[in-house]
Amino acid sequence: MALLDVKDLRTHFHTEDGIVRAVDGVSFSVEKGKTLAIVGESGSGKSVTCLTIMGLNSGRRIDISGEAVFDGEDLLSIPKDELRRYRGKRISMIFQDPMTSLNPVHTIGRQLREAVQLHADVTKAQANARALEMLKAVRIPRPETRLDDYPHQFSGGMRQRVMIAMALINNPDLLIADEPTTALDVTTQAQILKLMNELQRDFGSAIILITHDLGVVAETADDVLVMYAAQPAERGGYEDIFYRPHHPYTWGLLRSLPHLTSVGEDLKPIPGAPPSLLNPPTGCRFHTRCPYAMDVCTTVVPEFALVPGSGEHRAACHLDEETKQREAAAIASETLADSA
Amino acid sequence: MVRYIIRRLLWAIVLFLSVTIITYVIFYLVPVDPARLAAGRNPTPEQVKAVGHYLGTDRPVWYQYGLFLKRLVIDHNLGYSFADRVSVNTDVLNAAPVTASLVIGGAILWMLIAIPVGVFSALHPRSKTDRVAMASVLVGISAHPIWIGLVLSYVFGYVPTSGHALGFSFPSFTFLPIQGYCNIRGASQGQVCGGPIQWFYHLILPWITFAILYAAFYVRMIRANVMETLNEDYVRTARAKGAPELQVLRSHVLRNAMLPVVTMLGMDIAIALGGAVLVENVFGLPGLGQLAVTAVGTFDLPVIIGTVVFASIMVITFNLLVDILYAWIDPRIRLG
Repeated sequence: MALLDVKDLRTHFHTEDGIVRAVDGVSFSVEKGKTLAIVGESGSGKSVTCLTIMGLNSGRRIDISGEAVFDGEDLLSIPKDELRRYRGKRISMIFQDPMTSLNPVHTIGRQLREAVQLHADVTKAQANARALEMLKAVRIPRPETRLDDYPHQFSGGMRQRVMIAMALINNPDLLIADEPTTALDVTTQAQILKLMNELQRDFGSAIILITHDLGVVAETADDVLVMYAAQPAERGGYEDIFYRPHHPYTWGLLRSLPHLTSVGEDLKPIPGAPPSLLNPPTGCRFHTRCPYAMDVCTTVVPEFALVPGSGEHRAACHLDEETKQREAAAIASETLADSA
Repeated sequence: MVRYIIRRLLWAIVLFLSVTIITYVIFYLVPVDPARLAAGRNPTPEQVKAVGHYLGTDRPVWYQYGLFLKRLVIDHNLGYSFADRVSVNTDVLNAAPVTASLVIGGAILWMLIAIPVGVFSALHPRSKTDRVAMASVLVGISAHPIWIGLVLSYVFGYVPTSGHALGFSFPSFTFLPIQGYCNIRGASQGQVCGGPIQWFYHLILPWITFAILYAAFYVRMIRANVMETLNEDYVRTARAKGAPELQVLRSHVLRNAMLPVVTMLGMDIAIALGGAVLVENVFGLPGLGQLAVTAVGTFDLPVIIGTVVFASIMVITFNLLVDILYAWIDPRIRLG
């Protein structure tokens, strides 16, 4: 049984301009100890999806529907105070910007201790010992001297390590990482990803990794959910998405990756910009930017259907299977040539 | 830290010299002869000249300023009033506790109002309470303190003693005093009342009057700061850790939201300590504001300078205190 099973999740914000359907019918599941990557452009609803599961959306007028069953309990229907007990204990979250995610006026020791003492009745000394242990686990040099330091005394990469330490301090079953490396420089990114992979092995936590960077996905994910304009475009195992992609949006994402072997060639971006969620396009939401768009795409919403002959690989596209397989093969050969 | 304080103190001296020099120069640009005002009714030109010589106003302005500095630095003496020859030190020392009582008590009162109202409004934006609070704030900012003072005096001071209101008659009684100041340490010579109870009793209306304007400003400021801080990433982090709302508010929101408030509070108190002219006037409190206003009316330079000196010392001291306090609550700021 899956650790987290999200079914038909919808998050709609009421704004002065109208209803923003930030998440509009998303389903996925996360297995124990596995990593699910949620990929998509900014504003595709990946962060809101996770914030909704955590009950952390800000704003007053929000409609949420669907299910998010975590270990047998629907997180969307339990009382707020009960959901709070899950947060930081069984489900933790780390955020994009480590520079602003730590409270500037408290020492990191105090912030780590708070995370422990919120969920366990332990003394300050015990909490401190646990904090120290976690700083060691995330490989902060000379951790015993750093508990009394303030966030501004750490670099960005070190702060993200502190955030990870804080998120894992109670051995959560699920860690949600919302673009954890986006704000970091490339060498630090690699270190943080490596660290997360190692910690996942040691702690056995499942991870939902939100990212727009397919390079990051390739290094970490077991399963991938590709989101476009608040809806799932494609979902499948890592191999499905990278070797048998079945959606033109996924093709675009894969093609737009810069390759070391393609020095001198122009980047191949997906033309256009993501649509407004106040008033999304009719039919398939991607048809306005899709080079394969047909008449049917402008009117009929494609079914999020199983790819023939696969286990859990789904895509929402009207194209015929033959075209999809041809394109998929072409892209796979490009990316494979690259990694070879 | 020590270097920082020394640097600040050097700047304080520069500031102090500038303020007093400007006061002296302005005083000499005004075409009024203080000697004439001090010489009594219908003085002869000889008498005016003699008084001018006696007061020292016949000397050039730089000489007078130098004398003022010398007396202040060496004898710690602010000189003597032109009008009644009372020591300005005594004048200022008598008036300062009155203003200090008004301002400190008022500040406590306005913060007691502003913090809960501001925080509540920020947590429930656009709620009924928020709307009522914001409307009251607008009234508080718009209403002139003299008007507020007079209305409060009328309603709580005059009406109860008059025995009738709105066409009804009732046994008259004294509710709140509307005039005068009572020494907290007990009645001194020439005063009718004294002691902490009378002191408190006589300051109730002045405190309320003084606090209303500032409370309004501070409600707005605290509301804005708390709303801004609520959107900070680290507040989301605290919630993601599973902290209950009250703890999020206390430990993560308020401390950050109060940083700018502390600065404003320090400056506002410092400026008001130099004299809360309007409120002192309405309630007949013999504070520094009253002292300064009376002195300006009679061109009593030593007294004016005395109040200016006191006000600058207050501003400089509080500035320094606020900076030190700020560094203490915000670890990102290190003085050096």
